[in-house]
Amino acid sequence: MIDIVILPLAGGILIGLAAGAFLLVNGRIAGISGIVGGAFSSSAREASWRYAFVGGLLAGGFLLWLVMPSAFPQPTTSSNQSLGVLIVAGLLVGIGTRLGSGCTSGHGVCGIARFSPRSLSATLMFIATGALAVIAARFFGVSP
Amino acid sequence: MKNVSSFLAGLLFAIGLGVGGMTLPSKVIGFLDFFGNWDPSLAFVMGGAVVVYFLAYRVVRGNAPVLDSAFSLPTKTLIDHRLLGGAATFGVGWGLAGYCPGPALTSLGAGSLDAAAFTVAMFAGMLLVEAERRVRIRVARPVRV
Repeated sequence: MIDIVILPLAGGILIGLAAGAFLLVNGRIAGISGIVGGAFSSSAREASWRYAFVGGLLAGGFLLWLVMPSAFPQPTTSSNQSLGVLIVAGLLVGIGTRLGSGCTSGHGVCGIARFSPRSLSATLMFIATGALAVIAARFFGVSP
Repeated sequence: MKNVSSFLAGLLFAIGLGVGGMTLPSKVIGFLDFFGNWDPSLAFVMGGAVVVYFLAYRVVRGNAPVLDSAFSLPTKTLIDHRLLGGAATFGVGWGLAGYCPGPALTSLGAGSLDAAAFTVAMFAGMLLVEAERRVRIRVARPVRV
């Protein structure tokens, strides 16, 4: 109950607050793939806030590791998944989020909360293909 | 100032991901495993975040942001092949590794080697799309005589 309802809801509320505060103060959508990908873009005149946001994510991860190590697979520094799968998955996520203009945060949280039909379509699509990938990974024996 | 608020938003975002269990790939894959031992955690994370952000969006949108003259919000409305194909591609990678961009960077901050490998490949994928975009713009630009 705590692990599958209470903590997820609490985490979601914190994410909503972080994204809401970012909208209030910076006036932007807290979409992680857009923030990171924009730093690679040619039109990145204003890139420093992007690095600052990513720095915040990294610092948040470090803080979690200190006070709540159970938030990560144990032990954190050992490899729990196949390197080949991680690299293929990372490439697909990098390409897909930039082509599709967003990921779980930008489409799944901010976009859906703004009733964007684009974001709702994208979210249904990536949950559907994610579910298919889980089935395929199990079938071919590459699931972690 | 913009950098400070960005840093703090990223920090709180990462803590929310960790508290919600989203930095455990097994929980993300468990959510996507609809026909197996389904783990609903991600639905509660997304639901909680959407409700809070929905309220924040209502309250905030009328005025200008604190540190800028105007909001920078998405303007596209077209549901095209690029959007759906991109989302489909992203979903496959997400389901394979159990990482999406936010949790990957948060886990990298915690020293995860898995997240490091994933993130390097993710950056490469993003750079590929950026390279494709530049080529497309160059091709589309009319030649000056």
